[in-house]
Amino acid sequence: MRMELIQPFINSADAVLAQGLASPIVIENLAMEEEAYRRKGLAAEVCLTGDIEGRIIFDADQKAATAFASHLSGTELSDTHELVREAVCELANQIIGNAVTVLNDQGFHFRVHPPTFHTSEQGSKTSEDTEALVMCFNTERGNVFMNVALRYQRRRALERTVAAG
Amino acid sequence: MEKFAPVKRSGDGQPVRYLIVDDSVFARKNLAQMVEAFGGQVIGEAADGVSAITEYDRLNPDIVLMDITMPQMEGIEAAEKIVREHPSARIVMVSSVGYQENIVAALQRGARHFVQKPVKAEVLYEVIKYVMRDDQAAAHSAGAGA
Repeated sequence: MRMELIQPFINSADAVLAQGLASPIVIENLAMEEEAYRRKGLAAEVCLTGDIEGRIIFDADQKAATAFASHLSGTELSDTHELVREAVCELANQIIGNAVTVLNDQGFHFRVHPPTFHTSEQGSKTSEDTEALVMCFNTERGNVFMNVALRYQRRRALERTVAAG
Repeated sequence: MEKFAPVKRSGDGQPVRYLIVDDSVFARKNLAQMVEAFGGQVIGEAADGVSAITEYDRLNPDIVLMDITMPQMEGIEAAEKIVREHPSARIVMVSSVGYQENIVAALQRGARHFVQKPVKAEVLYEVIKYVMRDDQAAAHSAGAGA
């Protein structure tokens, strides 16, 4: 997985989380992972199809999810409030939407599917093609984990190489 | 949230009536809170493009705030269908996916403006005032003709 694909997601997550949690962000534990994804808190998954395909999982620990939902809804919410779960999906939607905007303006074309709540404890195992980049955004209001597993769609990548000569 | 001078309908001085369309309950609540801070009234909500069309026909809102990525029917297609039936519909697309092609497609199909998520209240406020300017112009010309 190439950094040019990943960097917009990191930049976007940094910006959206800083605004949504009103907290400085520190990125920690950047690593490649081939093992199956294990959920840590409240997670949302967004799939991409097109020139780039794959999925991104956003996983917020309870403290961060409640803080984000409370901050944006303007009222203190309890951990179990249904809006907290919704907020994690919206967080994923905003981060991925902003990243996709940058990638699209760089010439990559793809479709973003609506976020779905990721309920299973464990996700599918990634492969050599789609090994995942995992990172943790550490904030004063809790941690948010991002797991990005993307690959170039082979036919489009070939066309791009041919076009480049 | 900071204080905003209320945006009213020029003709009758009543609050601007909004239809909010987004598949996220959280996003709808967040937008509702903003438009209420602008002195507006949320008269309806929808979670997909198909329901948005039904709700528009039923409620005839002054402004629609419409997400793009939604299940069943996406926002740009719904906007096009609403504007085809109601050419004066004021639709503002509100989406995290703000690339140029998307914005151009939305505007070509009848949307009046585009706001990227995460939405900043002060940005949305300026867009609402801009989009409602034709209402003010209509009220002025009606006043001049009276």
